[in-house]
Amino acid sequence: MILFLCLTEPFELRASHAQAIGWATVKPFIRYILVPVLFATGGLLARQARAQDIVVGEFASLTGSEATFGVSSSNGVELAKEEINNAGGLLGGRKIKVIMEDDQSRPGQPSAAVKKLVANDKAIAIVGEIASSRSLEAAPICQNAKIPMVSPGSTNPSVTEKGDYIFRVCFIDPFQGTVMAKFALDNLHAKKIAILQDVKSDYSKGLAQFFREYFTSHGGQIVTDLSYTGGGTDKDFRAQLTKIKTGQPDAIFVPGYYTEAGLIAKQARSLGIKVPLLGGDGWDSPKLTEIGGAALDGCYFSTHFSVQDKNAKVQDFVKKYQAKFRAVPDGMAPLGYDAMMILGQAINTASSTDGTKIRDALASVKDYPGVTGNITIDEKRNAKKAAVVLEVKGSKTNFFATVPP
Amino acid sequence: MNYRHIKKWLLLAAIILSGFASHFSDAINAYYLQVVIFIGINIILAVGLNLINGYTGQFSLGHAGFMAIGAYVSAYLSNEHSAGFFHALGGASFFSVAALFLGVLIAGGLAAAVAGLIVGVPSLRLKGDYLAIVTLGFGEIIRVVIQNTDAVGGPRGYGGIASYTTLFWTYSIVAITIYVVVSLIDSTYGRGFLTVRDDAVAAEAVGINPTRYKVTAFVLGAFFAGIAGGLYAHSTTYINPSGFDFQRSIEIVIMVILGGMGSTAGVTFAAILLTLLLEYLRFVSGYQWLPEIVRRIAANRVIIYSLVLIALMLLRPQGLFGWLPRRGVPVGSARVKRTKLPPHAP
Repeated sequence: MILFLCLTEPFELRASHAQAIGWATVKPFIRYILVPVLFATGGLLARQARAQDIVVGEFASLTGSEATFGVSSSNGVELAKEEINNAGGLLGGRKIKVIMEDDQSRPGQPSAAVKKLVANDKAIAIVGEIASSRSLEAAPICQNAKIPMVSPGSTNPSVTEKGDYIFRVCFIDPFQGTVMAKFALDNLHAKKIAILQDVKSDYSKGLAQFFREYFTSHGGQIVTDLSYTGGGTDKDFRAQLTKIKTGQPDAIFVPGYYTEAGLIAKQARSLGIKVPLLGGDGWDSPKLTEIGGAALDGCYFSTHFSVQDKNAKVQDFVKKYQAKFRAVPDGMAPLGYDAMMILGQAINTASSTDGTKIRDALASVKDYPGVTGNITIDEKRNAKKAAVVLEVKGSKTNFFATVPP
Repeated sequence: MNYRHIKKWLLLAAIILSGFASHFSDAINAYYLQVVIFIGINIILAVGLNLINGYTGQFSLGHAGFMAIGAYVSAYLSNEHSAGFFHALGGASFFSVAALFLGVLIAGGLAAAVAGLIVGVPSLRLKGDYLAIVTLGFGEIIRVVIQNTDAVGGPRGYGGIASYTTLFWTYSIVAITIYVVVSLIDSTYGRGFLTVRDDAVAAEAVGINPTRYKVTAFVLGAFFAGIAGGLYAHSTTYINPSGFDFQRSIEIVIMVILGGMGSTAGVTFAAILLTLLLEYLRFVSGYQWLPEIVRRIAANRVIIYSLVLIALMLLRPQGLFGWLPRRGVPVGSARVKRTKLPPHAP
């Protein structure tokens, strides 16, 4: 109808148009109508999965600006799927079939991709996305369809707040504050800590808040609590650092990003502050030591995963990953692997492919021995698990310890 | 029957039909429904941009920016003020929801139109490549401003938007957009756009102010983009500034060029075809009867999509739908070159 409306455009050309209606005019119509028809049949043909296969949908950024995230996590999912299928599958011999959709790292794509996975492929669960923004777009769709969704690496707290069918196997941003407070108490035996946080970043404020809560309630003392403006605004931190020095802390918690962390470390050393600096995964960048240099020696930060971890599960995973993909896994690959493995275990526990039953099984996951640590899903559907603490030494980062929650 | 009456009846019929189809949307596969709604949104965007790029001959690359303004303004209004609105109207009934949605869509469209005016007045004195770069820059400015506005979530995106967009709303607005653009181009005023495109100097000589016409086309195009943005926001229920980057603008420009600049029918077809193509390619890698190697290549659908675009531009530079009638151009032929008068003609 709408097409006819726009076809009425050349009213004064009606006569010449009428003459032109021959095969030459009809042919292109057939050609362009054929495409939608093919499109419709495509949906039918694509559904060739054997009935007994368990279909799990995955959406990831396989192309676009964050392609490395998507490729790594889907490699992890692939590895986990093979392992489950080689071990005899799920629910008494049924194989997992993963249908993967690319979202081009672009907003707007996940909603179509996830709706296809749910409506056409009849996926019983969705594994999906590292980037929080794209998980946030897909979450309401999964929630409405009552299909559980497991995010490998979306750390923004609001993702799982979208509904009770949304899970993640990584820890949320502020949780690292708790981890570092524990690390400062147990490993560094620190009693007095100074905090220097970025007031412009929710991430930094969250980390500082959780750090403060855990540290003070476990006998520690926050001697100085100061802030700066991140994102390239502040370059000189000497005023704050001079004040911190007078408090004589055992360590300084700097939950910001690597640019400021590097500068703060340099300026702290030049003021004669010798105590270690602590940070979160915002520090996790090769640029950190480029900026901070030797000033960062003996500083610590938390992150999700380290290939240097001597844990047998980690080393086993690294070996299998290298054998299959000929690359060293980054942090996203084991998260994708753990997401798929936990989902597989939940399907077995539920002994059903029903979304609600899988959801209940996922919610009750306790101490699952994953590659990225022992995972427990808490009441907010976030993973509680150990974080890895890295030590900076000689412009390199070395695995230092795992800190359980 | 008079042609003008036919057009009005077709508009009415399209609106009634979309309302009728909308009634059965619960029975339609959610994925197909989403794709069909995206097609409608892309038609509105492309037909609106065609008014600027096709009919008026200006090269705008900032369409996604106007879409972003419409999306954010309408989403913000419906998120933050729907409770008060419903309270004033005595509860969330069918009619109060419809009134609210229509209101926020128009508000989004108007906000985008105002932005179009602000962008258009200084930049439309430029031509060709310069204009393209300026509009590209403005589009990016709009996106970056949104990214730094905490009230709408900044880079984290803005979610929790009510899912108001239905087939009825989308395709009624598609029909209205096409009706407005076609009627405008048919009108005396609309001839001005074509005149400005074909020869700005000649237009000025017969008393047409080219800048004024260019700005009018720009503001109208921005208005439709704003409405499309509102529909998009209430369809996906979550928007993120990075979804309105210049790549999105390019996608719309491709639809206009592929449809044949200055043909509303062609641009409509191109919007349908390109949206379907990208979604259809999702299925190709699932065809078991295809050889493994083909399926592996097809899994990277962006490559295939880009190859198709290259091939189409090489084979049909006048636009895929160049055979469709175009305003000011003979049916079935590529654009005729203007013959130059001899320099010293008597």
